[in-house]
Amino acid sequence: MRTSDIFQETYIVLSTNKARSSLTVLGIVIGISSVIAMISIGQGASGQIQSSIEGLGSNLLTIIPGVIQPGRGIVSSGRGSAQTLKNEDVEILKQIEGVSFISPEVQRRFQIVSSSGNNTNSLVIGALPEYAMVRNVLPDQGIFISDSNIRSLSRVAVLGPTVAQDIFGDEDPIGKTVRINKINFRVIGVLQAKGSTGFFNPDDTVFVPLSVMQKILTGEDYLSTIAINVENKDLMTQVQEEAIFALSQKHRVDPQNPDFSVVSQAEISGALTQVIDTFTIFLASIAGISLVVGGIGIMNMMLTTVTERTKEIGLRKAIGAKRRDINLQFLAEAIILTFIGGFIGILLGALIAFIMSYFDIIQTSVSIFSVFLAFGVSAIIGIVFGYYPARRAAKLNPIDALRYE
Amino acid sequence: MIEIKDVAKTYKTGDVEFQALKGASFKIEDGEFVAIMGPSGSGKSTLMHILGCLDAPTSGIYLLDGKDVSTLNDDELADIRKDKIGFVFQAFNLLPRATVIRNVMLPLIYSEVKKEERLRRAEKVLEAVGLEEEHYHHLSNQLSGGQIQRVAIARALVNNPSLILADEPTGNLDSKTGDIVLNTFKKLNKEHNRTIILITHEQDIANYAERIIHIKDGNIVSDSKHHHKK
Repeated sequence: MRTSDIFQETYIVLSTNKARSSLTVLGIVIGISSVIAMISIGQGASGQIQSSIEGLGSNLLTIIPGVIQPGRGIVSSGRGSAQTLKNEDVEILKQIEGVSFISPEVQRRFQIVSSSGNNTNSLVIGALPEYAMVRNVLPDQGIFISDSNIRSLSRVAVLGPTVAQDIFGDEDPIGKTVRINKINFRVIGVLQAKGSTGFFNPDDTVFVPLSVMQKILTGEDYLSTIAINVENKDLMTQVQEEAIFALSQKHRVDPQNPDFSVVSQAEISGALTQVIDTFTIFLASIAGISLVVGGIGIMNMMLTTVTERTKEIGLRKAIGAKRRDINLQFLAEAIILTFIGGFIGILLGALIAFIMSYFDIIQTSVSIFSVFLAFGVSAIIGIVFGYYPARRAAKLNPIDALRYE
Repeated sequence: MIEIKDVAKTYKTGDVEFQALKGASFKIEDGEFVAIMGPSGSGKSTLMHILGCLDAPTSGIYLLDGKDVSTLNDDELADIRKDKIGFVFQAFNLLPRATVIRNVMLPLIYSEVKKEERLRRAEKVLEAVGLEEEHYHHLSNQLSGGQIQRVAIARALVNNPSLILADEPTGNLDSKTGDIVLNTFKKLNKEHNRTIILITHEQDIANYAERIIHIKDGNIVSDSKHHHKK
């Protein structure tokens, strides 16, 4: 039997049983499309999280006082109160190879009041000009803190867009005065909006020169964070290890159990991506169950078909069809059904993913991998669930088959 | 040419054995028109299945065109059926969803004849059985019983077999259309020199053949040539 004949026979059989064929195909369509949709939603979500973490600054190492054990939460006396990081530490870290920028930071909440009396309670960060490079912030209006601001203890402030909106409304804040902890600051810039990342909203902050923060606002020379920008991703681990070693030596503590902790951005995004991936696998497995149910639907239909067409099988055998011919014909029917289902399922799954992206519910991405996976799975289901009915048809004795009423 | 020697067939159902055929022997030359006649349960269907290579005998030898086919396996028997035997059944067994021409071309799928060749051969045999061209693209439910059976005969002929086996071909037809079908066989036998074996339980129908083999209780009871009464 020629391949083209097998296809023609299959086409005729399937098209004469349109209703039944399409209902069977529907089972596969639902299975494949939900697998595709689930995988693309999962991949989209993990991509989204990754990019929003990278948005906080790429190749970022954060050194904070106290101890963080990734995945087990913070075990410390608190970010603000642990007083183990100092300005001198920055000089030591600067000598590590692979470090491109270092941004020592002091954070504290203060009441911020405008000259017109509007006031808000916000996070005030004492920062160096390097902050802009390390944390990926850009001024929308005006400028960011400069080196001369640091040296001359200038009482200037750069506002996050949320703070600017809260205390100045639609007025232009540049050049105006705000009072932070009862001290007047001149506004020199407003930052671009970055959006909240869940744990920290960079838009709801006010930046002042680090020297002003330490000497005037808090009166302490402790740091709450040192952020390090590493030259490239490959150096991250190396720089992290060297930073731990150098700081431990300086603080005279055991490097295995230091009085600070270094968190790399990769660890945070890694942990989150892992959660998302687990969730994706979970959802895809549930979708996979519907695929198996679809496969059983195929098998059910094929078994019915074999019984219904017993006489036809007998006739085909009487006129010279071999077992193999019958086997191939019925297997082809099952595989073509699942392929049609797989194809429509991929389109439908991609459509669902597209709608999710289009209406901004979640950014999705349909990967080539999931498409190949779906096609492979549908072909395997066709073969697995078509095999038994086809074998049953091929084994029919032509005499019994012809006698069958 | 067909030759069977001491062909027997025993069916086993659990411990019960049933001997359907108890040692039949005869020879049928090319171009003969033979009727195998017997009441139901006489073993004539078993004999037909063996002659048609649908079943293998329990013992004995079956030579078809000089080749011993009694020991072949399923697939080898399928090849013999494909190349040498054409079947005509009482129940017609046309594919209901396929047109006349596609039904006739069906055996050619399995003998892997080229597509252009198939149509030519199908038209030729349909012409030989006398079916009008207007019906070629009809489905079988648009045809009369006589026309359906002629399509089935055309299908049996399309692979150019050396033997045509007809199992009660008029059993589902009234006597008038039965006549048409039987005359078609006669014409194929006379004008195209086809070997035809007709299985029936009716004397009237057997009389169309030149030779009648009577079978009863698994034994051949008579084998006689006679001149046509019809």
